[in-house]
Amino acid sequence: MQAADLAARLRERFPDVLEARGEVTLVVEAAALREALEHLRTEPDLACEALSDLTVTDWPDRDPRFWVAYHLRSREHGHRLRVKVGLPPEPDPPHVPSVTDPFPTANWLEREAFDFFGVVFDGHPDLRRIEMPEDWDGHPLRKSEPLAGVATRYKGAFIPPPDQRGT
Amino acid sequence: MPVERLPGVHTGQSAADVTAEVERGLLLSTVGKAVAWARKNSMWPATFGLACCAIEMMAAGAGDYDLSRWGMEIFRASPRQADLMIVAGRVSQKMGPVLRQIYDQMPEPKWVISMGVCASSGGMFNNYGLIQGVDTIVPVDIYVPGCPPRPEMLMYGILRLHEKVQREARVP
Ligand code: SF4
Repeated sequence: MQAADLAARLRERFPDVLEARGEVTLVVEAAALREALEHLRTEPDLACEALSDLTVTDWPDRDPRFWVAYHLRSREHGHRLRVKVGLPPEPDPPHVPSVTDPFPTANWLEREAFDFFGVVFDGHPDLRRIEMPEDWDGHPLRKSEPLAGVATRYKGAFIPPPDQRGT
Repeated sequence: MPVERLPGVHTGQSAADVTAEVERGLLLSTVGKAVAWARKNSMWPATFGLACCAIEMMAAGAGDYDLSRWGMEIFRASPRQADLMIVAGRVSQKMGPVLRQIYDQMPEPKWVISMGVCASSGGMFNNYGLIQGVDTIVPVDIYVPGCPPRPEMLMYGILRLHEKVQREARVP
């Protein structure tokens, strides 16, 4: 399906569909997310059965602050689709339902999103950090985290960043 | 080898002269220096490639540059058989405890070369992911700058380390 056709097809059911530069984006509420993905996965002419990526963006001082984006792909029809969920700054950490059930690949992707942005995926079977050390403080890709000058934290020892070290 | 072929040894005529010469020649050194000489000429590095720098380290070990000229062609897979750790590449925060554990498993005496700017100071990656200098975790003997250092630079660092080992002549 071409992007325009796909957008038209989606508008039959979803109110908030964007089409720009040949890409289709669907914006849904967090509460309706699982239902929407299930619909996109099971409808024969959509058949988005692959979750190829899951990403998060952080927009400080805005509402919604976090956008969780699900990148879907249909192997059968060859089209791609993006589903976005906006999450408000409060409560912190934000919550969104996990989609590990229809898409097992979301398991590690959601762990990564949790690790870097602190988004909590409700219903995830094993929501642990995946890349940072288990005892890390904070979520490093949030805009509120320092960009540089991170201290070495090693087994409880604290070594300040290079520009603050004495000689 | 007959005594008279050793350069600089003036052989005497009698057996007693020969013995005196040999004793003079052989007891010039202290045990510590002899041990250090043996150590520096047979240093075994631990296999510890962490990133792009490891490629240059491998090149230094391979045929063109041939680290075996200094008795160190074998990169040991077990830290217990190694006495030199070449930290070749950037060390992530998660790798830090692993690196320290490998260092702790190496038998004394041991030395560390920090290869490349990433290992030495964090390099261009001043961010949450990487340890800003491996010397915050293990003591470093030689820093080799460069991104990546060429094999010649690593070899120069190794030769400087040899000098240091000989100079220190430490006995555990
Ligand atoms: S110093 Fe350069 S070559 Fe070495 S690990 Fe860092 S980025 Fe890679």
